[in-house]
Amino acid sequence: MNLLEVKNVQKYFATQKAVDDISFTIEKGSIFGLLGPNGAGKTTLLRMITGIFYQDSGDITFQGKPFRALEDAANIGYMPEERGLYKKMKIGEQAIYLARLKGLSKTEATERVKEWFARFEMQSWWNKKVEDLSKGMSQKLQFVTTVLHKPSLIILDEPFSGLDPVNANLIKDEIFKLAKNGSTIIFSTHRMEQVEEICDHIILLNKGKKILDGTIRSVKQEFKDNVYQVGVSTRPEDLATYLFDVVEHQPDQLLIKLAHDSTPNDVLSYFIGKNIPITSFNEVMPSLNDIFIKLVEGTQAARQFQKI
Amino acid sequence: MNKIGLIIGREYFTRVKKKSFLLTTILVPLVILGFYVAIIAIAVKGGSDKQLIGIVDEGGIFSDSSIVVPGSTTSFKLIKNETENSFIPKYKSAGYSAFIYVPKIALDAPSGIVLHSTASASMSTLKTVRMLVNGAVQNKRLVAGGIDPVKFRAISAQVNVENTIDTNDGSKKGNTGVAYGFSLACGMLIYLMMIIYGTQVMRGVTEEKTNRIAEVVISSVKPFELMMGKIIGIGAVGLTQFAIWILLATAGTQLVPLLIPAAAGQGSMLTTFFQGLASLPLLKSGFYFLFYFLGGYLTYASLFAAVGSVVSEDQQEAQQLMFPILMPIILGFVIMMQAINEPNSSLAVFGSLFPLTSPIVMMGRITSEIPLWQVAASMLLLVGCFLFLTWITGKIYRTGILMYGKKPSWKEMLKWAFRKS
Repeated sequence: MNLLEVKNVQKYFATQKAVDDISFTIEKGSIFGLLGPNGAGKTTLLRMITGIFYQDSGDITFQGKPFRALEDAANIGYMPEERGLYKKMKIGEQAIYLARLKGLSKTEATERVKEWFARFEMQSWWNKKVEDLSKGMSQKLQFVTTVLHKPSLIILDEPFSGLDPVNANLIKDEIFKLAKNGSTIIFSTHRMEQVEEICDHIILLNKGKKILDGTIRSVKQEFKDNVYQVGVSTRPEDLATYLFDVVEHQPDQLLIKLAHDSTPNDVLSYFIGKNIPITSFNEVMPSLNDIFIKLVEGTQAARQFQKI
Repeated sequence: MNKIGLIIGREYFTRVKKKSFLLTTILVPLVILGFYVAIIAIAVKGGSDKQLIGIVDEGGIFSDSSIVVPGSTTSFKLIKNETENSFIPKYKSAGYSAFIYVPKIALDAPSGIVLHSTASASMSTLKTVRMLVNGAVQNKRLVAGGIDPVKFRAISAQVNVENTIDTNDGSKKGNTGVAYGFSLACGMLIYLMMIIYGTQVMRGVTEEKTNRIAEVVISSVKPFELMMGKIIGIGAVGLTQFAIWILLATAGTQLVPLLIPAAAGQGSMLTTFFQGLASLPLLKSGFYFLFYFLGGYLTYASLFAAVGSVVSEDQQEAQQLMFPILMPIILGFVIMMQAINEPNSSLAVFGSLFPLTSPIVMMGRITSEIPLWQVAASMLLLVGCFLFLTWITGKIYRTGILMYGKKPSWKEMLKWAFRKS
């Protein structure tokens, strides 16, 4: 079942087609990656999904029904890229306040805040103010306030920026745990290695348009270059063949690019025929980073203002 | 609705719990009260500053050799066998703080009368001296004109006219001075509170915007709820402050007579003050004050909120945008000063009907009789203006609070304000 369906959504600003006819669906319980260069329209899209903006046209369906910002607010947790907390408010009070705004009762909110603070070892922060916290600490607090009310959809905009590896792992583990328990997570970032590690499904935006949509595996399949890594125990000489080109030649391994109509089996029989001992044979998949750069490169790096 | 209650609660309690709130609410009036107690105490005790002033009278206008002015601690002594120039070097060592020199004068155009002193004479001393010299010259003139000075004083004795205010529950002794002060204090209070609390609303909104907390909160409540929650919460802080002040003032009026028994006697300053206060329509004024404070605050707070939502951290931007809002407030204050003296002048009537100035100007007319239609029209206009402005500013706020970067132009803001949602 799809938790969220976005269909032909558009949002134009005075000088920008911020989101220009985007459609996608998110499966319940999945971790969904929303990628794109700066200014691609990610934040605008997220603001429409959280009900901060209303789309100019198109439909958003949430849990099978048309999305209604106020009713569905309790089921959505949003952690914006620019962190937002009251600097002068006590941390415990603040977490309870934000949870109650999402519709939790006071006792329930207090209970959950205590539970999460214990899990993240934040109990001693209760009576401190946000201005006393370091950037990483307030990041953790922000994450807690985002997931406190057990939303079915959690939207995280760059959740790891400013976190050290230990705390980043702590949050990463919580994200996995939340997804396992049925929450759906939208994860917006331009850190590709995190996306590969965490996400099931991704879409890539550029200039307000969707330019890529699929699971990580299918995307990689689509963009692979038929490059294989062959481990050899002796350095082979003279590998001239129509089956493949040697891309890189190292003492104990070769990087080869298969010709259009050859298969890995053809290559293997070629090596066997030549009596070259093979220690390993792997397909080299492109990294998301490579795909990202390939797709976005060539378009103007900075988004231009345009007339609508 | 439950959520707007939460927001109001947060805005209210975070402010009321602050130390600075307690400080300004309790300490400031205490300091003012202490100040007044001190003034009254000094006034009751009277000046202890005794001084002796000599008179070198070549004009022969004084007849007694020593003169005491009633109610003054200054006494005068006639100096014989001295001239102006001969006495100048001596009077200090002879124990005189100053001396009056009266040359030979023409009674119909006296000139050349001088008060010699080593330092600039105080206002009260000069006043006493002038009174004395005038009295003496007048006496001489009366005698020259063949009129008995004693008889003249009896004829020209002042007759007092007191103001009695007739209301349904009997007549009361009026006191114009107290009524004037009361109007001024009410107007001033509304003026100050509107600016102070309006600025607080603006700061709060800007803080939420620059901290990006607005984005988190607006994903759970409507922007309008966030704005109104803040405005109402801060308004409640203002009302709390008034309540504490009224309590303190009541306690103060009970306490002052205890602390300074002399001030509480019949006919004293304080008793006159309380009599004057009691003659005012206090209940009606209290209601007007509350209504116009709330109406004025709510009207301006929404404007301040809109300004807060379009500026960033840059305080200078805020100052620039605040200026057009402060203009009518200041104008209202100026008209109020007029309205106190002329409560039914056309300027006062206009000012108390125009909703951007009426909260302040109406205070200037509060102690006088205002035609009912004017009160009704003024109140309706104020409520209408509040609703209209909140509707408009709510739209500016909704857009502004999520916009970062450049400050929008007036044209853009107007476009936001009148855009259909």
